[in-house]
Amino acid sequence: MKSRYLRDLLIAGVLLAAALLLFMAVRGRQVSGAEAVVMVDGEEQGRYPLAIAGTFPLNGGSNVLVIENGEAWVSEADCPDKVCMHMGKISRNGEFIACLPNRLIVSIEGGEDSGADART
Amino acid sequence: MKAKKITTMALATALCMVLSFVESQIPAFVAIPGVKVGLANIAVIFAMYRLGWKEAAVVSLIRVLLVSLLFGSFASMFYSLAGAVLSLVGMGILKKTGKFTEIIVSVAGGILHNIGQIVMAGILLGTDVLRYYLPLLLISGTIAGVVVGVASAILIRRVPE
Repeated sequence: MKSRYLRDLLIAGVLLAAALLLFMAVRGRQVSGAEAVVMVDGEEQGRYPLAIAGTFPLNGGSNVLVIENGEAWVSEADCPDKVCMHMGKISRNGEFIACLPNRLIVSIEGGEDSGADART
Repeated sequence: MKAKKITTMALATALCMVLSFVESQIPAFVAIPGVKVGLANIAVIFAMYRLGWKEAAVVSLIRVLLVSLLFGSFASMFYSLAGAVLSLVGMGILKKTGKFTEIIVSVAGGILHNIGQIVMAGILLGTDVLRYYLPLLLISGTIAGVVVGVASAILIRRVPE
C-alpha cells in the first residue's frame, strides 16, 4: 500500500522534471523578443513577451495590460486620472507607461533599439 | 443509506466552499492566471473515492456555480467550468484503471483543470496564450496536484465511513 504512494510520488517527480525541461526550452527561445517589464514600487512584478498577445491584470487588478500585435498598452486603471491609459502603445526599447497613483511602471526591454521597427 | 449519501455530498460541497474561500484569501504568488493550489479539489477527490464519480461531478459543478456567484464573476464561471469538466473526466478515467493512488489522480486533475481553463481563455479572448502558458501550468499543476493528492489520501483515511 505504502509503496504505491511512493511510486506515484516518483511518477509525479518525473512529470515535474519533464515540465521544467519544457518550460526552459520554451523560455530559451523567447529571449530574442522584446518584453514588457512591469515594476510596482521599483520591484519587478513580471515580464510579458510582446510576441504573445493577451490581457493581463497587473498589481492585483489595479491596472490591466494589453499586448497585441507586438505592442503593449494599459487598457484599464482604477486611479482617477487615467494618465497611464492615455500614454498610448509602446513597443520599442526604453519606452514606458507609468501609473503614479499605483506606483506602476511598464517598460520595454530586450527588443530592438528605438527607431527600428521592433515588431516580430 | 440514501440520506447518508446526500449528507456526505453536502458535507463535501460545504468543504469545497470553505477551501475555495481559504484559497481566495491567499494572495496570488505568481502573477499568472490559473496558477493556484486548487484546494477545493481535496473535497472533490474525497467524494469521488467515498461515493463515486457521478457524486463527485455533482459536488464539483455545484462548487463552480456557487464559488463563481460568491467570489468570482460570470466570466470566471466559464473558465472554472471548462477546468472542472476536463479535470473530472481525466480523474475519473485514471481512477477507474485502478493502477494509481489519489496522488496521480489529483495531479492529472490539477493539470487538466489548468489546461481546461487556459483553452477556454484562449477561445474567449481569441489569443494564443496556450502555447506560452502550458509549460508553466504543467509545473504548477503537478506541484499543486501532489499537495492536494496527499491531503486527499489522508482525508479519505481519517474520516470515518
